[in-house]
Amino acid sequence: MIRAEHIIKSFGDVTVLKGIDFVFEQGKNNLVIGKSGAGKTVLLKILVGLLQPTNGHVWFDDLDLCTLGKKELRQLRMRIGMLFQGSALFDSMTVEENIRFPLDMFTSKTRKEKDMRVDYCLERVDLVGSNRKYPSEVSGGMQKRVGIARSIVLEPDYLFCDEPNSGLDPKTSIVIDELISDITKEQNITTVINTHDMNSVLEIGDNILLLNLGNIAWSGSKDEVLDADNEYLQDFIFASPFLKKIKERMN
Amino acid sequence: MFTGLLTHFGRYLGMMGQVFSRPEKTRMYWNETLRQMVDIGIGSVVIVALISVFMGAVTAVQFSYQLGGQLIPRYYIGYIVRDITIIEMAPTITCLVLAGKVGSNMAAEIGGMRQKEHIDAMEIMGVNTAAYLIMPKLIAALVVIPLLVFMAAFIGIMGGYAASVPTGLLSAEEYIRGLRSFFDPYNVTMMMVKAVTFSFLLTTISCYQGYYVKGGSIELGKASTQAVVLSDIFILLSDYLIAVLLTG
Repeated sequence: MIRAEHIIKSFGDVTVLKGIDFVFEQGKNNLVIGKSGAGKTVLLKILVGLLQPTNGHVWFDDLDLCTLGKKELRQLRMRIGMLFQGSALFDSMTVEENIRFPLDMFTSKTRKEKDMRVDYCLERVDLVGSNRKYPSEVSGGMQKRVGIARSIVLEPDYLFCDEPNSGLDPKTSIVIDELISDITKEQNITTVINTHDMNSVLEIGDNILLLNLGNIAWSGSKDEVLDADNEYLQDFIFASPFLKKIKERMN
Repeated sequence: MFTGLLTHFGRYLGMMGQVFSRPEKTRMYWNETLRQMVDIGIGSVVIVALISVFMGAVTAVQFSYQLGGQLIPRYYIGYIVRDITIIEMAPTITCLVLAGKVGSNMAAEIGGMRQKEHIDAMEIMGVNTAAYLIMPKLIAALVVIPLLVFMAAFIGIMGGYAASVPTGLLSAEEYIRGLRSFFDPYNVTMMMVKAVTFSFLLTTISCYQGYYVKGGSIELGKASTQAVVLSDIFILLSDYLIAVLLTG
């Protein structure tokens, strides 16, 4: 479980987050949604410790991220996996080397144990046979899957995904969503997903946080979205004419 | 401006503090150091050899011209070429060129990793990125660049021979007599002190520029240029200081 406690973040005179209180639950897909500039990425960076909040605290179970020393922070980070928007795969390494990197860096496992773990992760994301390929040789969807494999290789307790569907076609997006969701349930981890994809919201959103201008505009689950009496939420979710038509027909 | 300089200096010191912290996995750092040694060493041999030949050749030709018609023995040309190459030309010119070749490459490589979120990805994994990305480069540079400087000095002296003996400026005996005259091993020590200092400066300044790059490709280009310009300035400044300290 991750708990954000009155998070405020300012850059000079501009306050991007204005006091966010929220609980990201274990074993659930916690989605952060909102317009561009709403503060989603800043919130995610604060949650993973890449940015310090101006005020407030982030609790990883009973650990306060904001008061941890460098050593404790590094130890906590070994329990965190992150999928970046652009996958952030190391270009000079093969798919296998990318996935193996955290194992080589942080574990004292034998070569055989590492091979087994890498093989498991590759199999889990359906990338068997792509071991020797370089990131530039695989598609965007495959890069995302490599990113997921790398983020779960150390069996993290917390998984962060920054816009996992950006740049992907709708079918591949669904595959990625299902993969993240399945891993979250299987391993009972706390997953936080930053997304613009409304399909993800309605499919895998166990716990949704809608941000608007640095404040929480709405929170709830995917089952509550359709019936929520929140104009801003409805405008946001059904912003596209296509979804509007579907909603009208459903009504 | 003064505040800006202080900020950069403080941030540079902070980065260096992280660079010298304990590695997570020594073997990973060792592998990376070997890769960097190959990159810096093998990748720079040809350019260093080329500039060294001409450096020695020009020194020999110029001094032969300067000393022509004076009551100074011609074998002095060999002596001057040797000492100028060892004390000044080999370490300084080689490191100025390497600042352009290796330094800009380091700034661009690390800056590119910053922009493509590779550094963020490593940070989130728990990697000490300043140490993992900079320490291997620094160790590799501190080992390989002095060797390149040593090689540059040797080739430079040979260049002086090639430019003066076959062209008739002086005989082979005169040149070799000059090389063997008034040799002070302390000059080689001075050359190595310069080589190590310049390697440290060009590596850390270039890595600093890349590590803290912000923005897009224009900023990356600027950081790469800045790495070369600042490295060159600090190399020349420290060259003067070393000269004053070690010859005073």
